[in-house]
Amino acid sequence: MQDNTARTSFAGKQTLLDVRHVSQRYQTGSGEPGPPVLDDVSLTLKGNEIVGLLGRSGCGKSSLLRIVAGLVFPSGGEVSYLGHEVTGPVDGVAMVFQSFALFPWLTVLANVELGLRAKQVSQDDARRRALKAIDLIGLDGYESAFPKELSGGMRQRVGFARALVVHPNILLMDEPFSALDVLTAETLRTDLLDLWVEGRMPIKSILMVTHNIEEAVLMCDRIVVLSSNPGRIAAEIEVKLHHPRNRLDPDFRQLVDKIYALMTKRPAPVSGREGAFPGLGFGMALPRVSTNTLAGMIEEIAAEPYVGRADLPALADTLQMEVDELFPVAETLQLLRFAELEEGDIKLTPAGHRFAEADVDVRKKLFGDHLMAYLPLAARIKVVLDERPTHTARAVRFLEELEDYMSEEYADRTLKSVVNWGRYGELFAYDETSETFSLENPQ
Amino acid sequence: MLSRFVAFTSIGRKALPNQYDLFAFALVFAAFIALTHVSHGLTLPLTAPESTVVSLDYWLLPYYALRTTLRMFAAIAASLVFTLVYATLAAKSRRAALVLIPLLDVLQSVPILGFLSFTVTFFLGLFPGSILGAECAAVFAIFTSQAWNMAFSFYQSLRSVPRDLIEVARGFRLSGWQRFWQLETPFAMPGLIWNMMMSMSGGWFFVVASEAIAVGDTTIKLPGIGSYLALAIEEKRIDAVFAAIIAMLAVIIAYDQLLFRPLVAFGSRFRVELSAGQTPEKSFVAQVFARTHWMRVLMSGPARLFHAIALLRMELPIRAHPQTPGKSPGLSRAIDIAFITCVVLATLWAVWLIIGYVRQELTWSDVRQSLLYTVFTMIRVILLMALATAVWVPVGVWIGLRPRLAEKVQPLAQFLAAFPANVVFPIAVVLIIRFSLNPNIWLSFLIIFGTQWYILFNVIAGASAFPNDLKEAVSNFRIRGWNWWKNVIIPAIFPYYITGALTASGGSWNAAIVAEYVKWGNDTVSAQGIGAYIAEATADGDYPKIVLGVAMMSIFVILFNRLLWRPLYGLAERRLRLD
Repeated sequence: MQDNTARTSFAGKQTLLDVRHVSQRYQTGSGEPGPPVLDDVSLTLKGNEIVGLLGRSGCGKSSLLRIVAGLVFPSGGEVSYLGHEVTGPVDGVAMVFQSFALFPWLTVLANVELGLRAKQVSQDDARRRALKAIDLIGLDGYESAFPKELSGGMRQRVGFARALVVHPNILLMDEPFSALDVLTAETLRTDLLDLWVEGRMPIKSILMVTHNIEEAVLMCDRIVVLSSNPGRIAAEIEVKLHHPRNRLDPDFRQLVDKIYALMTKRPAPVSGREGAFPGLGFGMALPRVSTNTLAGMIEEIAAEPYVGRADLPALADTLQMEVDELFPVAETLQLLRFAELEEGDIKLTPAGHRFAEADVDVRKKLFGDHLMAYLPLAARIKVVLDERPTHTARAVRFLEELEDYMSEEYADRTLKSVVNWGRYGELFAYDETSETFSLENPQ
Repeated sequence: MLSRFVAFTSIGRKALPNQYDLFAFALVFAAFIALTHVSHGLTLPLTAPESTVVSLDYWLLPYYALRTTLRMFAAIAASLVFTLVYATLAAKSRRAALVLIPLLDVLQSVPILGFLSFTVTFFLGLFPGSILGAECAAVFAIFTSQAWNMAFSFYQSLRSVPRDLIEVARGFRLSGWQRFWQLETPFAMPGLIWNMMMSMSGGWFFVVASEAIAVGDTTIKLPGIGSYLALAIEEKRIDAVFAAIIAMLAVIIAYDQLLFRPLVAFGSRFRVELSAGQTPEKSFVAQVFARTHWMRVLMSGPARLFHAIALLRMELPIRAHPQTPGKSPGLSRAIDIAFITCVVLATLWAVWLIIGYVRQELTWSDVRQSLLYTVFTMIRVILLMALATAVWVPVGVWIGLRPRLAEKVQPLAQFLAAFPANVVFPIAVVLIIRFSLNPNIWLSFLIIFGTQWYILFNVIAGASAFPNDLKEAVSNFRIRGWNWWKNVIIPAIFPYYITGALTASGGSWNAAIVAEYVKWGNDTVSAQGIGAYIAEATADGDYPKIVLGVAMMSIFVILFNRLLWRPLYGLAERRLRLD
């Protein structure tokens, strides 16, 4: 920690990055601006800190990171870096990607050199700096390897070396550990933190996106929690724990629980809002959650030791699920009134209890009834099918309507979810070849 | 120096010459000597005795084979340049794509030898008195057989560059030029190389067909295997026909070993899938070059130069800020409307021009006749495709399910697909004349002769890729007989079969022009069909009929593609993919 404080004195608390009232909208299928992804987000990044952007998938945290990187333009507000407005990718900001994003046809060394060579840094200079970065990040010996020869952890190290070699002031990280297995991710995190604490990285600050609450508490000096739909800053939490942090430390656990509670807090009731998904009523963007997962989750909560009420961090731990996977399931259950979320807990409703105890046919009936009652899109499809003499309807019809409210990608996903759930609830049949809904299953 | 683009240079362990050096050395210098020998023949005047084929001396064949090969290389180089420019333009500009992509779609439906009939007089006029004009016409014909699918492949690759890689390139502020060479071209490389090699395989057919051309009174025999063959046919020399076949075999083997396989192996390194999944392509020649020390040294110079050029920023000063957020949508829409209006006007003008020309030169009976002939040819193509399917699908499945056999047969099938079938046509003609067979039936087989192999090797590939666990499930549930064909193997190979059949069908339409109208000395054997119609019109120099025939055939090919192949392809993509 002495190192850290020593560094603070010379790096100072100068503001590196200033995000002011940024908002961003989806492009709907018709190309018109759709519902907001980000709404009036402001934050600053000062020298010598790690700031985490924490939120669920779809809260716009990756969009925010890309806006900061100058890869995407916000539809409102502005970003400035060292006092200058960001109108495109800037020197001094480098990014590490979830998918590593390495060029498969380049060797490790060439991948690391690329950013320098593109800036016309001389061959010798580029080579010297690249080797230094490779050495720093623990990749020596792998210089001439191609990415496909490396394990995930090693690939991400290349990603880090490639970002560090240009000596950026700000390192942006887009869920850098989430494509790695648990052990590899932990090693890489620790190595990175060691370098940071010892001040050996040629950077001033890190802005990272994550959906992993523990990861955020482990690494960040400040955590910005984003709420979903639209993405707004729900809370900013300072983490004052000393490095190296211990996951079992009661203070650590308390902080994790606090953030869970924050993230499951019901949004202030807005008239007509249906739970946590973007859009209202018919135009609600649905996540892809399998009915098996839903049923499994209900059973898990109903059984010992939870008996109807489970603490989300504990549940996530038992089920080995990341927040990103857990929340969509929990929220789908809430949407269908099989469970309720409050204060970081999930609680089964009476319908949820009935579902847990029922056999397959009763479950399907119950699920179908709840779809009809609480999912406007499912009800709509059913009504259309009932009214038509042929009892069939093309999927395109609903898809186009959905695209008035959301992007093509989301519309597609939403429709697929409804098809899936509707099939389970035996509300309607769907023929994939002709892309038609009907009431009859093939005989 | 690590090379990024030239595969054959990697960090060497020892500097001493090794046993591969000699081999590689011999190869390279043989190529140099051949080049110098050939190049002086290119600029001869048209009337010089060496500018045409006059002798059937066997010893001239190696020289002719070289000339033929050189023509092929000139065409592939032109195709590559065309691809890089055309596809990039289409991929980068939304408006250009509106015109360029449909145009490409039509161009690839036009029978290739139809281009030849049009362009030969144009090119002869461009270089009056020199053989260069005729060379250009031949090269252009081969170019048209190669360029379109290469451009399509490149365009599709450019459109599907992974988003995160684009973001890396933008984050590091690579200029457009740098991005093109560092990201887009390498990403497109496997597809481009594969299509290039497929195009070249198909191209041998056309290089043979385009060397000896007679349009009306203009008769050209460019030195090459095709002309040698044409002369052999004129003089009824069956021994010379066999000599040409052997020479062609040698050329194709050399092409297969020295170019096709090394390049495909080279291209596989640009694959984006990060897992080391599929078995790597192997090439003996590529290994030789990779292990040859002086080869690596020799290549490092050009590689370094290329690398340096690829890293130049090459920015246009006006586009320093490529993306400006405040671009007004209204202006963009206005430009769109103006652009589309221009395109529509140009199209209308072209249609008006065509109608005027056709009205002047042709009568309704011509149209009716060509339509009828096209239907005949279509029936031929359909029947023979069905026949080839009935024969090669079972054979391909049988082979494909036996991995060790498939490994041996697959290169052979690829080789056969590259072999120009028109070289063996004279033998068939001799047989038809000898036994007085009905040309309407027996000439039909020539249409499919060269293209059936595409069905075979794609079906083999499909059956080889049939997953092992499904095989085990099938034998566990004892699925046999018709049930097995219908529910197991046909759906499994269907996507592959469609790919092969699509190529084979396109190739068959093209082959019809050569296959329906064949000669042996003064005897002409011809079948009723649009191919013979075009060939005859070409021989008579009757341009309106050539235009009509080519247009009619193109329309049928386009309809065939739209109404049959594309829906089937879509079905295969959506329903029957195993992954």
